[in-house]
Amino acid sequence: MIRVLIPYHLRVLAKVDGELHFDLDSPASVGSVLDAIEAKYPMLQGAIRDHSTKARRPFVRYFVCEEDWSLEPTDKPLPDPISNGSEPLWIVGAIAGG
Amino acid sequence: MSGVRVLVGTRKGAFVLSSDGKRQKWDVSGPHFGGWEIYHMKGSPVDPDRIYASQSSSWFGQIIQRSNDGGKTWEAVDNKFQYEGEPGTHLWYDGTPHPWEFKRIWHLEPSLTDPDIVYAGAEDAAMFKTTDGGKSWQELAGLRSCSGAKWQPGAGGMGLHTILLDPNNPQRMFIAISAAGAFRTDDAGENWKPINRGLKSEYIPDPDAEVGHCVHRIAMHPAKPNVLFMQKHWDVMRTDDAGENWHEISGNLPTDFGFPIDVHAHEPDTVYVVPIKSDSEHYPPDAKLRVYRSRTGGNDWEPLTNGLPQENCYVNVLRDSMAVDRLDDCGIYFGTTGGQVYCSPDSGNTWSAIVRDLPAVVSVEVQTLA
Repeated sequence: MIRVLIPYHLRVLAKVDGELHFDLDSPASVGSVLDAIEAKYPMLQGAIRDHSTKARRPFVRYFVCEEDWSLEPTDKPLPDPISNGSEPLWIVGAIAGG
Repeated sequence: MSGVRVLVGTRKGAFVLSSDGKRQKWDVSGPHFGGWEIYHMKGSPVDPDRIYASQSSSWFGQIIQRSNDGGKTWEAVDNKFQYEGEPGTHLWYDGTPHPWEFKRIWHLEPSLTDPDIVYAGAEDAAMFKTTDGGKSWQELAGLRSCSGAKWQPGAGGMGLHTILLDPNNPQRMFIAISAAGAFRTDDAGENWKPINRGLKSEYIPDPDAEVGHCVHRIAMHPAKPNVLFMQKHWDVMRTDDAGENWHEISGNLPTDFGFPIDVHAHEPDTVYVVPIKSDSEHYPPDAKLRVYRSRTGGNDWEPLTNGLPQENCYVNVLRDSMAVDRLDDCGIYFGTTGGQVYCSPDSGNTWSAIVRDLPAVVSVEVQTLA
């Protein structure tokens, strides 16, 4: 089971609390996780990545095992700690600064 | 008993203000969509419980929300706004061609006859339409193809902010775009033409250009749909022939810069504006918040100050932040960037704040309830 943490505003939009959980075919990737999120929560389509190009929105980042995977290919297999659920995949909104 | 519902969009969420016909005691609900920018909310004229809201953020993009119960509960509907075909280019700030890029929906205008039909004005400027209550959106691409390659954004973005539907002619619509101008269709959105003759804008290379005028807002009285009132970047203007020719009606205003303009619900020649000091200083002249009313269709304006701050006031009133109700004694409403929403239940003679401490107000609409 893959665990995913999404930003507060997207949890409110999707009307969910806490983590999202998905059982995905191996090897899972950021792209296949996003496909699963958008299939289950269609209101999130376009909010994380572009509808058509699938490009990540500029102020959204993907964190994997304490590494920034935002610029990695989205079909790159996720490491075991994400795939087996011991670590969550983080989808993060950039801080606003100030 | 009659009542009103005021739909307020702010930089940090939506609020719904409700009152009976006296408009003295108010119930405030919200924030809905807290933390998101709500550029606009508007209800269907034929089904007041059907309300649409444009919700957006720099992080997560554009969301369209729909309520079927007067704003108590909401559901996200389709947010896929795609330009038709090859989007092409408009002019960038440096004059070079720049691809069209969708940023957000500035304005939602439900049909006068069908609650499932809504028009949406976008930045970068384009018009979209849904016929299924927001489940899908299609561009009315004839607007951009009429002269879009020549449009160039101003500092505030190239947004389509005004959509007026002619109640006597379902084929006719008027729209306005920041830094591009006003446009009209006579075939329900298939084809469009610029309607900017008579506008003079000294801040563009050709002050009489066909397009390029920074129109801030247009208003219409439904009984006289060929008469339009315009607050331009500078100048308050009027047309009596559906936009074919405009003439200035700024008259004795202390400044003719401003953003909103609206028309009394029962008096087609009674018009309201909120003068702002200048394009460099977006606050009221002399730090006095004054609505100006003309009962003569322009030129002759009177300040309305009773209940409005007359010292140390430095708020702005944005283009979509003024509205009127349709009760017998017409109510006038406007919101400020300081978070106040003011109501006058007597056509502007007296004012009071419904709320004082909301986030900066971006839009105000009013529903008059039976």
